[in-house]
Amino acid sequence: MLRKLVVALFIGVCFILQCSVFGAFTFVGIVPNLMIILTSSFGFMRGEKEGFVIGFFCGLLSDIFFGDFLGFYALVLMYIGFINGKFSRIFYPEDIKLPLALIITSDLSYGILCYILMFLLRGRFHFLYYFKSVILPEALYTILVTIFLYPIILLVNGMLEKRERRSEQKFV
Amino acid sequence: MSPVVKRKGECFTLPGKYLLFILTFVCIVMMLVTFGTDVFNGPLNTVVGYCVVPFEKGIGRIGSWISNRSDELMSIRSLLDENESLKEEVAQLTEENTILQQDKYELNKLRELLSLDEQYGEYEKIGARIISRDSGNWYSVFIIDKGTDDGIDVDMNVIAGGGLVGRITAAGPNWARVTSIISDNSNVSAMTITTEDNLIVSGDLQLMSEGVISFSQLVDSSNQVSEGDKIVTSNISDKYLPNILIGYIHTINRDNNNITKSGYITPAVDFEHLSEVLVITDLKQQIEEEE
Repeated sequence: MLRKLVVALFIGVCFILQCSVFGAFTFVGIVPNLMIILTSSFGFMRGEKEGFVIGFFCGLLSDIFFGDFLGFYALVLMYIGFINGKFSRIFYPEDIKLPLALIITSDLSYGILCYILMFLLRGRFHFLYYFKSVILPEALYTILVTIFLYPIILLVNGMLEKRERRSEQKFV
Repeated sequence: MSPVVKRKGECFTLPGKYLLFILTFVCIVMMLVTFGTDVFNGPLNTVVGYCVVPFEKGIGRIGSWISNRSDELMSIRSLLDENESLKEEVAQLTEENTILQQDKYELNKLRELLSLDEQYGEYEKIGARIISRDSGNWYSVFIIDKGTDDGIDVDMNVIAGGGLVGRITAAGPNWARVTSIISDNSNVSAMTITTEDNLIVSGDLQLMSEGVISFSQLVDSSNQVSEGDKIVTSNISDKYLPNILIGYIHTINRDNNNITKSGYITPAVDFEHLSEVLVITDLKQQIEEEE
């Protein structure tokens, strides 16, 4: 229960930050994607199920506010969370390389997927332009933010896990 | 044995892949349903509006307060210089103003003579503050702090600084989403003010960074449209009220078919530095009914 509350709080705070605070601190008009950071880090820390459920809610929130129709971002982020969850078996909290690599890959594939589904299908063929001016800067900015945000997520997750283990031991 | 295992004393839990399958299905159904209708929008908009928007308003207010203070400090010096030059300008303008007022008086008289009613009176407007921007980088969409409670509804036009910003595409009780005309998925039917030729103004992500938007399908058989001409929303647009300034022609090219022309428009609104907008609460349809 506590975990659900904390995660919901994380999603809410990150969404609000992304829309308001980071909207004011843009690099060349690009906003980092905190939703990707949350989805994929909970994915590889906690496994597939938690990954895609969190992805679904992160995406749904973006959909309600900014999507033309509901479900698109939810679907994309859900599968990103799911695939990241596959890596939970080789994840160790001490290792920072895997999270960084996973998050940047997630963000790049998210960008490319968005381009294909929303732009390529409408006949905008300048992939290189979109890659250079939107997808790549977003991924780089996201990874920069990850360096600060990820330790916080890791810390909170560690505390939650410790608490859960303690309450489990009580029963045994 | 069924994969949905239920042990004694344990809560019922769905295995991950089933849940994933169900959620995927839910997403696809939602997409299909909301593509044409807006069934979910009412309740969802209300719920999220009360959970998220108050925080965004607060942060927006703090942010604008900080930026206002820093702007004030930065601008004191330049204001002193500006004050000097402005005083000169005021003197000049007062003179011009008196001349213009005379002209206006004359114009009104002539209008009365021609019994030319003012076709489009002043529209009703509501001021609103932008509280958040698009969470992605693909479209140019933002959220304002007024909603249906303030009389704002979907399809209302949004202006700022005398130019067209966009229109409302979703509204909750205390928030509304504005899709701007520079957004990649936006098309506006427009016309040139001089020759009243119709054209289509469409936003483009690639051009957004250059500060221009593209237009196309301008039929200008008599070759009278030139660079610098004013572009306003057209009479025949479904969603936009007529005669709202969009911008000025930046470049103009003849299309390969030799019939139509296309090119770029410099928007009248500075989309980079928008913080307050005006929402016109008159809808296009209502005007048609009145006429």
